[in-house]
Amino acid sequence: MEKSLFKKITGNQMFIPLMALLLLVVINLVVDPGFFKVTLGTNNAGNPVLSGYLITILDYGSELAILAIGMTLVTAASGGQDISVGATIAICGSVMLRVLCGTNPRPDAIQAPILVAFLVACVVGMLCGAFNGALVSFFKIQPMIATLILFTAGRSIAAWVNNNMLPIVPDPKFAYFGGFIPGIPVPTTVFIVIICIVITILLLKFTNLGLYTQAVGINEKSARLNGINPTFMKFLAFVILGLCVAVAALIKVSRISTINYSVIAKDIEMDAILAVALGGNSLSGGKFNMWASIVGAYVIQFLTTTLYKFSVRSDALAAYKAVVVILLVVFSAPKVREAVGSFAKKLTSKNALKEEA
Amino acid sequence: MMDQNQKQLKLKGGIFSRISDTNLLLTITIVIFLLMYTGAIIFQGQGFTKPQMFFNILNANAALIITACGMSIVMISGGIDISVGGVVALVSMCCAVYLDHHNGSILGSILIALGIGLAYGIVQGTLVAYFDIQPFIVSLAGMFFARGMTTIVNTAPFNVADPEFTKLKQTRIKIPGMGSVNKKGMYIPAYIEIGVVVALVLVVILFLVLRYTKLGRSFYAVGGNKQSALMLGVNVKRTKFISHVICSMMAGIGGYVYFLHVGSGSASHAMGMEMNAIASSIIGGTMLSGGVGNIVGTLFGVLSLSTIQNIVASAGLDEAWWTGITIASMLCVFLLIQSIVIRQKKRALKS
Repeated sequence: MEKSLFKKITGNQMFIPLMALLLLVVINLVVDPGFFKVTLGTNNAGNPVLSGYLITILDYGSELAILAIGMTLVTAASGGQDISVGATIAICGSVMLRVLCGTNPRPDAIQAPILVAFLVACVVGMLCGAFNGALVSFFKIQPMIATLILFTAGRSIAAWVNNNMLPIVPDPKFAYFGGFIPGIPVPTTVFIVIICIVITILLLKFTNLGLYTQAVGINEKSARLNGINPTFMKFLAFVILGLCVAVAALIKVSRISTINYSVIAKDIEMDAILAVALGGNSLSGGKFNMWASIVGAYVIQFLTTTLYKFSVRSDALAAYKAVVVILLVVFSAPKVREAVGSFAKKLTSKNALKEEA
Repeated sequence: MMDQNQKQLKLKGGIFSRISDTNLLLTITIVIFLLMYTGAIIFQGQGFTKPQMFFNILNANAALIITACGMSIVMISGGIDISVGGVVALVSMCCAVYLDHHNGSILGSILIALGIGLAYGIVQGTLVAYFDIQPFIVSLAGMFFARGMTTIVNTAPFNVADPEFTKLKQTRIKIPGMGSVNKKGMYIPAYIEIGVVVALVLVVILFLVLRYTKLGRSFYAVGGNKQSALMLGVNVKRTKFISHVICSMMAGIGGYVYFLHVGSGSASHAMGMEMNAIASSIIGGTMLSGGVGNIVGTLFGVLSLSTIQNIVASAGLDEAWWTGITIASMLCVFLLIQSIVIRQKKRALKS
């Protein structure tokens, strides 16, 4: 009985991300219990804000969580990943600034309402997604290679949109999206993530999106025989990811009210893919678990913050992350799991034999 | 692969059914490269007519040729390795530190480069082939690790001052009869660097290996169809493992050649080189799905990529962003050509 329960727990898809989270929590508790302290203070503008490592994780993990939603769909439908998200964030952010500031990099007031800028960025993000999606679904190019195009060109296009100038948004309201709204001590990004998650839940619950996407990912041919249009489903997944990218771009740009084309959202595509992988989703498509991906995103941010806390230099961070990732992937590989499982079986059977003797 | 080829031989209609995938894509690449270069000579004149222009392309891209060849082998056997750029940066930094801070010898630095490549290949190959982990994830972590390690080894970029190394770096191999006369009337001989010789030798070796050895053919077999390769008695796991070892070794050698060309160690070296290597492999007719590709094509892929960069630069569009945009649009065009060609071929086979 106990064994089946054990198997049930370890077999669950949420097991890996939650175990990783638990491990990180325990390490932090042992090293410094102060890690989990959340204090209410005031920021420069005199507004009440919550601060502490946990809040930082929730705040800075939000772009990743939003991207993980779209990336999970793309992975499930196409069996590949979109590596252009970082570059597309640069494009969307640049377009947003172009609409807000016009041609003058240092305007006195914003030239268009923030909502308009955001909507334009959404359209641009979806167009980029549609470009990737068209290459993948209509021309049957592998997703990673198709998105390589925007990956190489994205940051260049972003610089080109603003003629390589770095406009600064003068309106303090614009900074609310990536910071705090006066009077509310919780970071705004948390609310944005919650809105995105609620929309995703509604989409998955009341439409066939989830079912169809999985069907296409598991077996394209049989999905088509069952009346699903695989080409359209793949295309749709990329367009949805484009929308997620636009939202992430809003947060990213809003955090600093300006943009740095070569640095903004650098390596975020890698983190987003890792979030999906960490969530136990097969990277070759098929079944997916949205929750596991979102938890995976926060686990990665948790790891990043923990490493920063141990005063790891930001440029050396990647090496430590890589070791963690390799360990995680090795332990979650089916081959290794099987080997460990048979080893455990051997042990228990040996014990049983001993007891009998 | 074999079966398909035989079928193609039997079907004697249409150009698409008579020529194999590999040769078809290779022909397209070479033709486009020649067209592009002649176009450049006709429209841009001055620079492109001098042979040195061509040799400069080789000099600047020797490292890319080497890494792209390794990448092609992994891609032919159905995998991918995006850690090569990181390995190149790591190798150049380690060699730079060894030469300057530890008074190392040239031979020692070469051994370091090969050692890093071999270690990377063995670890990644084992994880991919024997643990069945996706090559993309493994090499992604490998890239992170290499980039991070580079800054751990040394943060600040610096130039190597070791006299022996500088001598080696400045060695120029002159090519007779290809020089040009400059404005002052002095004759400047055309030259290539040592790295180019290394690159060309490696291209020839890998071409022969892929063409005429059992190992080379098994790369194609594994990439084309794993199941049938297994049934033909190919050791699929070992083949995959070896393909990754070769790729990382090439990245190690490429790293040293890169180091020889720039003569400095820096964490920002070879940024995005993995993408250029993948792009040149694809332009050269290697398909990411595996089983199709050619080393000579990869060589031409690198040349096409850098020729177009040169054309863009000499056309006066020297803002940094044009390079990225042109490479991307070129990649896009080649991908579409591949996609359409393969579709046509399928149709021709069906009818």
